[in-house]
Amino acid sequence: MWIGADLPRIDGLGKLGGSARYVDDLAVEGVLHGGTVRSPVARGRIKNIHFDPALNWRDFVIVDHRDIPGANAVAMIEKDMPALAAQEVRYRYEPIVLIAHRSIRKMREALRAIRVDVEPLPAILDPEQPLTPELIQYRADNVFKRVDIRKGDVEAVLATAPHVITGEYRTGAQEHVYLETQGMLAYREDGRLVACGSMQCPFYVLNALAHAFGRPPEAFRVVPAATGGAFGGKEDFPSVLAIHAALLAEKAGAPVKMIYDRQEDMAATTKRHPSRVRHRTAVDRDGRLLALEIDVLLDGGAYVTMSPVVLSRGCIHAVGPYYCENIHVHGEARLTNSTPYGAFRGFGAPQTLFALERHIDVIAQRLGLDPVELRRRNLLRAGQTMATGQVYRDGPDLTALLDRALELGSYEERRRQHAAFNRTHPYLRRGIGLATFCHGAGFTGSGETYLASQVAVEALPDGSVEVLTAQTDMGQGVITVFTQIVADCLGLTPAQVHIAAPDTSRVPNSGPTVASRTVMVIGGLLEKACDNLRERLGAHDKTPLPLREGPGEGRNTPVLSGGLGFDADAAPGALSDAIRQWHAAHPGQRLLGRAQYAQPEEIVWDDKTYRGNAYAAYAWAAHVAEVEVDLRTYAVQVTDYVALQEVGQVVNPTLARGQIQGGVAQGIGWALFEEVVLQDGAMQNAQLTNYAIPTSQDLPPIRVYFEEQPSRYGPAGATGLGELPMDGPAPAVLNAVCHALNTSLDTIPLTPERLMEHMEDAGRG
Amino acid sequence: MRVLTPTTLDEALEMLAGASTGWHGRLPTGCTSGGTQEPRSEPRRSELSPSGHVAPHAAPLIPIAGGTDLLVSWHQQPKDGMSLLDLSRLGSQLQPHRLTDTELELGALTTYWDVTSSPEVAAAFPLLVEAARLVGAVQIQMRGTWAGNIGNGSPAADGVPVLMAYDARVVLQSRAGQTEVPLDQYYTGYRQTVRRPDQLIVAIRVPRRPREREWFYKVGPRRAQAISKVAVAVVKDAAGWRVVASSVAPVVCRCRHFEQALADGRTFQTPAEIAQVLAADISPIDDIRSTARYRATVLSRLLYYWLQDRQAPQ
Repeated sequence: MWIGADLPRIDGLGKLGGSARYVDDLAVEGVLHGGTVRSPVARGRIKNIHFDPALNWRDFVIVDHRDIPGANAVAMIEKDMPALAAQEVRYRYEPIVLIAHRSIRKMREALRAIRVDVEPLPAILDPEQPLTPELIQYRADNVFKRVDIRKGDVEAVLATAPHVITGEYRTGAQEHVYLETQGMLAYREDGRLVACGSMQCPFYVLNALAHAFGRPPEAFRVVPAATGGAFGGKEDFPSVLAIHAALLAEKAGAPVKMIYDRQEDMAATTKRHPSRVRHRTAVDRDGRLLALEIDVLLDGGAYVTMSPVVLSRGCIHAVGPYYCENIHVHGEARLTNSTPYGAFRGFGAPQTLFALERHIDVIAQRLGLDPVELRRRNLLRAGQTMATGQVYRDGPDLTALLDRALELGSYEERRRQHAAFNRTHPYLRRGIGLATFCHGAGFTGSGETYLASQVAVEALPDGSVEVLTAQTDMGQGVITVFTQIVADCLGLTPAQVHIAAPDTSRVPNSGPTVASRTVMVIGGLLEKACDNLRERLGAHDKTPLPLREGPGEGRNTPVLSGGLGFDADAAPGALSDAIRQWHAAHPGQRLLGRAQYAQPEEIVWDDKTYRGNAYAAYAWAAHVAEVEVDLRTYAVQVTDYVALQEVGQVVNPTLARGQIQGGVAQGIGWALFEEVVLQDGAMQNAQLTNYAIPTSQDLPPIRVYFEEQPSRYGPAGATGLGELPMDGPAPAVLNAVCHALNTSLDTIPLTPERLMEHMEDAGRG
Repeated sequence: MRVLTPTTLDEALEMLAGASTGWHGRLPTGCTSGGTQEPRSEPRRSELSPSGHVAPHAAPLIPIAGGTDLLVSWHQQPKDGMSLLDLSRLGSQLQPHRLTDTELELGALTTYWDVTSSPEVAAAFPLLVEAARLVGAVQIQMRGTWAGNIGNGSPAADGVPVLMAYDARVVLQSRAGQTEVPLDQYYTGYRQTVRRPDQLIVAIRVPRRPREREWFYKVGPRRAQAISKVAVAVVKDAAGWRVVASSVAPVVCRCRHFEQALADGRTFQTPAEIAQVLAADISPIDDIRSTARYRATVLSRLLYYWLQDRQAPQ
């Protein structure tokens, strides 16, 4: 059984040893280096582009909007963002002109020798700023997307409830800080334009190229290189960079590489959406949630990019894992003249869950209740409905999950110890806080139906198989877990399973590598494709699924073992023999098992009313954070962290633990350290010296525990976990700080400067 | 860009002297492309040149040792007209440090790592080790030099506060001879120093005296690999109190009013009382890393709780 086993990362040695090839490692003969001339202001009209006559510009390839053969638009959800600004710029650092030269040094010198004269126009830099006509840049009111989720009658209950508690919470932008910066190589090959680079979604890039060049998709080939981290930052942006590199390559008639350095990457590419969330909550005296009114505002930046779906996921998660009969969530994503905000791990949910989980603690404080008890009284129970009307049916016992997390974090004992410590220490204060939350796996609502992902498993003459999907391994372990899933399904060893590079000329479109969908949705399709392969081999007699008691710590539920439909223990290598025999009988033919996504019948969703099953499956979690605040410096150190989650069957425990630890670290960074300083809507501190992500010294031991309750929707009961750990740390840490200081905080990042001002202004300094 | 690579100290001093009078030396060796930040550590030659007649277009010759300041954002800066004096061949002359009964002498090329890896120096000057361990990562500690930290002149320098608190002196050498300047008189303004263009920092001398108290605390945006938002070094020895703060003024500075208050035996009931005294010593600003209010507040709170804390390191 490979699912549940700690198969070492298949791509690990290559990445450790340096043989893995990232895009900038690819040596290409005759390659030119491309660079970008950008807008100097947040908004304005381009008047003139001045090329310093001291340079010999005939040495350079120069591209502007007039060189775009198709539409001057980057095709994403909408097509509002130009590939290169033509008359108007909408954000600082917006690309205007591209240049390329054989010498990277000359290219950089030339960038300094081009000046763009822009006549400034009034810019809107704050989504809450009142609109005046000259600020309108998108439809009638600058609103990219509105979402309304309604259940029951919120107004009536708020009018009569014993307590109405309000709160307003704010979160900042966040930079992805993937290890490898954005990079793309474009070249011509057999009449096609090829884009090869760092990305999550090769078919998004393919579609964007086809649109900008006005050619069919077959005119392009997109090949992800080894990708060094992404976190959503390589979901939408690589489409921009691929168009740029391809435009230069086409005009030059030579290969062109565009590699951003860290400063350009941080200044000019997407970030997490800043948010403002307001809560108005009706509760009874026992702390039962009677009505929730939640108002979500996201700063979308200058173009639509992914904002509508980020807002959608944010609004659906705004109510978290709680039951309430009366709910109204209203959300808006609005335009500002900031660098476009885009996809980032969690996708709107971390913002709304921060607000919710802080607000739950605020309610507890106002009512004089223990925050644990308040949660216990309101957590979803089987049969209750969530905000969209989805029935809570397959999830774990959330109260038991919470209790186990408290036990693992020694919650009660630590609270007592901290109270005693805080009475005597001159300047250190300790506290403990928690967050309970959930994260939906896969695209929201009917998104997966719309994607209609396809996968294939090809049986090769030597008895091994090749797995064909568009999923990219950006460090999260796709290659390894797909190997485990397919090996189990077909009774093969991992060495007999090859994962194809997600080259669009070879693999079917299985959709983007995003939204915690890879294991659950694509892994599930791989199971079906394996079944299909087996049927084509005539080996489709299915043995019943064996159940076994899960061994080892962290497992207290029975665990499904084995892939669907094939008992590998009973017939080791049998399928491999069958494949070889088939090929002997059908020389020169291909043997593929295929599958395409079909929404399970019981998953019903209405995009217009936001009613139905928002996600087929969720992951559930309870996190406990312990902090120590130094009142000399107002620095917060997280001293202990317990992350307990129910994610269905864990496919690879080491990789899963790594995902959780990485997400918690990123969440702590967002909560305490990472402040994007904006100037004219663009990142001013675009350097790793001035944008502090936590080091190992700034992080606590992150203790990870799994509950494994197999889901009916993922392969062998696995669901999604990639984004989940980003949701909990910020509220858990802030709740702990509020507990330590007996105060109420509503804004992250909670930098020492912000905490100092709060404490001094509250007279607690 | 040109790079001069002397193989002896005499040759280096000759190059500096030549550059400071408009001399154009041999062609660069190992010249690379690219650019760097403005040579902010370079004194204004028109003010400081002894001869008073500097060739108007002669590029200032910037000594480079570890390069940990100069190479930041290297490829984003224009480098035309930049001249570097590469000290990497002078290791045998300038890297060793020497500890005697009366003083510690750091060479111009002594690195942070050289100090942290010496148990004798660590025992004699513990604050040097504490500060050195908070400079960048190990890679930076192995390349970065104490003299470079002084020469770069950043108000956020990590090595300077502890050296100044230990009453260090900077040894400057030119073809004309050697002089010593107390470190607390070395800076004349933001990234301005008394060093003449023909002079090179060749050593740092730190007196070895019995100390009653010594303490260093650095506040960065995180615990490691951070540029300080505020830092403070305090030493009390036979020569009195020296309280040195960084990132709160255009230069790393002594807080002389506060030192005087300590010398007078004044006690403080709140951090705000300390802040009042320090207001005459420091002039913090808002910048990309922190705020004036935070810097002033935290400096006073650090000092207040340190004075309160009987467990403080002696």
